[in-house]
Amino acid sequence: MAEIVFYLLAVAAVGSAVLCISQKNPIPSALWLVSTMFALAGIYVLLNAQFIAAMQVLVYAGAVMVLFLFVIMLLNLGRDDQTDIKKGPVVLVAVLLGAGIVAALIATRDTSVAGLAARLGGSNPAASPLDLMGGGEVQSVAAFNNAIGSIAKPMFQTYLVPFELTSVLLLAAAVGAVVLAKRKL
Amino acid sequence: MNPSWIWLTIALPFAGFLVNGVLALAKPDAKRVVSLVGPGVLLAAFAVAASIFAGLWTHPPEEPIVLPLWAWIGAGALRVNFSLQVDQLSAVMLMVVTGVGSLIHIFSVGYMREDPGYARFFAYLNLFVAFMLILILGSSLPVLFVGWEGVGLCSYLLIGFWYQEKANADAGKKAFIVNRIGDFGVLIAMFLIFWTIGSLEFTDIVKHAPSAYAAGGTLITVITMFLFLGCAGKSAQIPLYVWLPDAMAGPTPVSALIHAATMVTAGVYLVARTSILFSMAPVSSMVVAGVGATTALFAASIGLRQYDIKKVLAYSTVSQLGYMFLGVGSAAYSAGVFHLVTHAFFKALLFLGSGSVIHAMHHAYHATHSHEDAQDMRNMGGLSKYLPATYWLMLLATFAIAGVPPFSGFFSKDEILSAAFGRGAEHPVFYVFWAFGVAAALMTAFYMMRLMAMTFWGENRTGTVEQEHLHEAPAIMTGPLVILGVLSVIGGVLNLPEFVGGLSHQGLEKWLEPVLAPAAKQMPVHMPHGSTETILIVAASLTAIAGLVAGWKATLAKPITVAKAAHEEVGFARVLFNKYYIDEIYQSLIVRPLVAISRLFLWKFVDQGVIDGLGVNGSGGLARALGWLGGRLQSGQLGLYVIVFVAGAVWLLHAVIR
Amino acid sequence: MLLGPSLVLSAILFSIGVVGVMIRRNAIVLFMCVELMLNAVNLSFVALSTAHGFGGQVMVFFVMTVAAAEAAVGLAIILAIFRHTKSVDLKNINLLQG
Repeated sequence: MAEIVFYLLAVAAVGSAVLCISQKNPIPSALWLVSTMFALAGIYVLLNAQFIAAMQVLVYAGAVMVLFLFVIMLLNLGRDDQTDIKKGPVVLVAVLLGAGIVAALIATRDTSVAGLAARLGGSNPAASPLDLMGGGEVQSVAAFNNAIGSIAKPMFQTYLVPFELTSVLLLAAAVGAVVLAKRKL
Repeated sequence: MNPSWIWLTIALPFAGFLVNGVLALAKPDAKRVVSLVGPGVLLAAFAVAASIFAGLWTHPPEEPIVLPLWAWIGAGALRVNFSLQVDQLSAVMLMVVTGVGSLIHIFSVGYMREDPGYARFFAYLNLFVAFMLILILGSSLPVLFVGWEGVGLCSYLLIGFWYQEKANADAGKKAFIVNRIGDFGVLIAMFLIFWTIGSLEFTDIVKHAPSAYAAGGTLITVITMFLFLGCAGKSAQIPLYVWLPDAMAGPTPVSALIHAATMVTAGVYLVARTSILFSMAPVSSMVVAGVGATTALFAASIGLRQYDIKKVLAYSTVSQLGYMFLGVGSAAYSAGVFHLVTHAFFKALLFLGSGSVIHAMHHAYHATHSHEDAQDMRNMGGLSKYLPATYWLMLLATFAIAGVPPFSGFFSKDEILSAAFGRGAEHPVFYVFWAFGVAAALMTAFYMMRLMAMTFWGENRTGTVEQEHLHEAPAIMTGPLVILGVLSVIGGVLNLPEFVGGLSHQGLEKWLEPVLAPAAKQMPVHMPHGSTETILIVAASLTAIAGLVAGWKATLAKPITVAKAAHEEVGFARVLFNKYYIDEIYQSLIVRPLVAISRLFLWKFVDQGVIDGLGVNGSGGLARALGWLGGRLQSGQLGLYVIVFVAGAVWLLHAVIR
Repeated sequence: MLLGPSLVLSAILFSIGVVGVMIRRNAIVLFMCVELMLNAVNLSFVALSTAHGFGGQVMVFFVMTVAAAEAAVGLAIILAIFRHTKSVDLKNINLLQG
């Protein structure tokens, strides 16, 4: 059952993404991107990341994409009569390169973590990037009942300082956005 | 005093250089301090040297005393300490340099008093003495070479002391460049000695040379020839003598100290110091003697027809240096050093006396605002009336240099000529060198008497108004002259020949024996004895007296016209007056082609074409072209960047996971 | 397990984002493509967190924060550019031209 839902959502995500990058008008593009994000939120639930799914809907699909749409409309860019998509040969090259990336990434997925780490130059598998961001012990699916609790533990223990630093980042971004966007200070 | 204090003799003049140098930059008017410091440090150094010498005199060391100061060079097998060596030879040189140096410093206080560069002059002079002492006290060739180059630098600075006139600056440059040729020879010789012996210490060279080289072999001949090239440069021998007459552009005390008494004798000292090498190379020794004898004759003949009082003395110096080389080339190293010492006395006296004359002449012309040449002997004459002390002292020095018995020059010159004659039994060519020496002695007596006659005798030609301003130099200048005069007269007692007998006969030779014994073992000296010796001595004395009389008669035979009214020389005299046109020959054979090659090939082609064109502008153009290509890539179009970037990322990913 | 398919989906979405950046000239659409790529990365983080612990989900949280900040600043820059050139088309923005 979960797998069928996953594949349905996956097809929706990919289809929305393709439509997002192929629309002439930026407003439908943005809306198709929202659609992709909703599909991803569903997949997050399937992967037992309910908190992230909620964040996805609230922050991304809600706040960030609304900001995009707001700017598009503010600048009055929503036009159907002219396109910003490049010519055929460029698109062909781009698609080929994209396929190359997919092939490379899928090939990477099939490689063991230790082998990849060794190939990247590190001899110690424990030092591989994946293990470094472990943060909490692996828990069985049964322990996911309290989803927020289990993510809160690493966030406020292991990653407390980076978490607090995000507030500085957001403050800086807010100030920067105001400074950049204002005509005159 | 313990010989370990020997470093003080170098440190004192160097400290004087620092003090005077700072004063020259900061407070050039502080002449009183300079007058105290300049000669003061030299007198202190002389006191130290004398007490060390006294110590050595009572307890002569068997082996040279080597005093390491600090480790200097350590590279691979090469280990050079900055160390000083005290032995009989360096002690003699030490006494000459500090003693004569002190007298000349004192003389300079009077001579240079009115010069605006007074402090600078004493700074250079003190620095020169410091380097000269490094040269003679260095225990190895590299340390000696430091002094060797240092005195060359000071010589350059002092020749061009009045650098506002281009001729003086040019003379300094000439001395510096000609000396470079000789330095090249010393360096090559050093490389070869290090290559074969593995050490550059004099003690090691003396110890290992007899086993390291085959006597008379090619290697030792090449080494000594290169060494002699350096000596010929420093001591102004054919073909590198041309810088010394021009060096008279410097102040007269400089000519006395550097270009007569000390620095130019460094070549003789070096040959004596490396006597073990020269004694093993008969061919090189013969070349040394031959060049010396030829130079002695050649320079003396030029001296016959010069009118500038300092030029006469300059060629006389070149000639006397030739004598010294004739001596050391005949393996009579102690005779060469002996002549070096006596020459330092009488030639310093002659130069300082000429300085006193020039001083008087200059003042006379200065008082009347005349622009006549104060150094031209044709403008002098009859000066004995105005400068009696200078006159009598210079007359003594003239007798000494001419070799009139029993003045000092007689003994030293006689010993050299005897040694050359004695060597003639082995190599007949030495008889020729001996004949050159005798002929040069005749000319020496002639031109010295000519100098005296033109300067001090006859009618005064300075001018009626100027005569009133001619006066004797102050006591601070005549004082040193008196001491040098005494030394010139009695200097012979240092090394009286055997037939004179007495307590101190052959004093210097015996004193130097520990240093020169290894060389004497390789190449013994055969001095003529008995009737041969007597004949030689009588002949030499008669030659000297004949030269003096001829010089006196010939000079005063007809009236001398003053410089500005003088006629051009004719015949061979013209060739002599123009110094055999050697400068002109060098100019057209060496300097002009060199300049032409430099200008047309090195400058126009190599420098402007290859280096500037290909090298500098070429690499610049290449960078520009590459930059232009790179600039085309930077289209500013973000889309292109992204595509290139992604292509690179894909390539990298595939490269990593493959 | 959904880990493998999730990673493949992540790779596909990421590539679509990359292709989008390459074929579009509108600066705002480019931004949206970047967001798409960030989402794809988030997906792989969440998927891997099922096997490697909850650190991955914390990373997703940080990525979202950075994305929000980036969107705010980036859109402000686009506003400034638009004010300057009356366009957000990249072909009109070539200040980096060598």
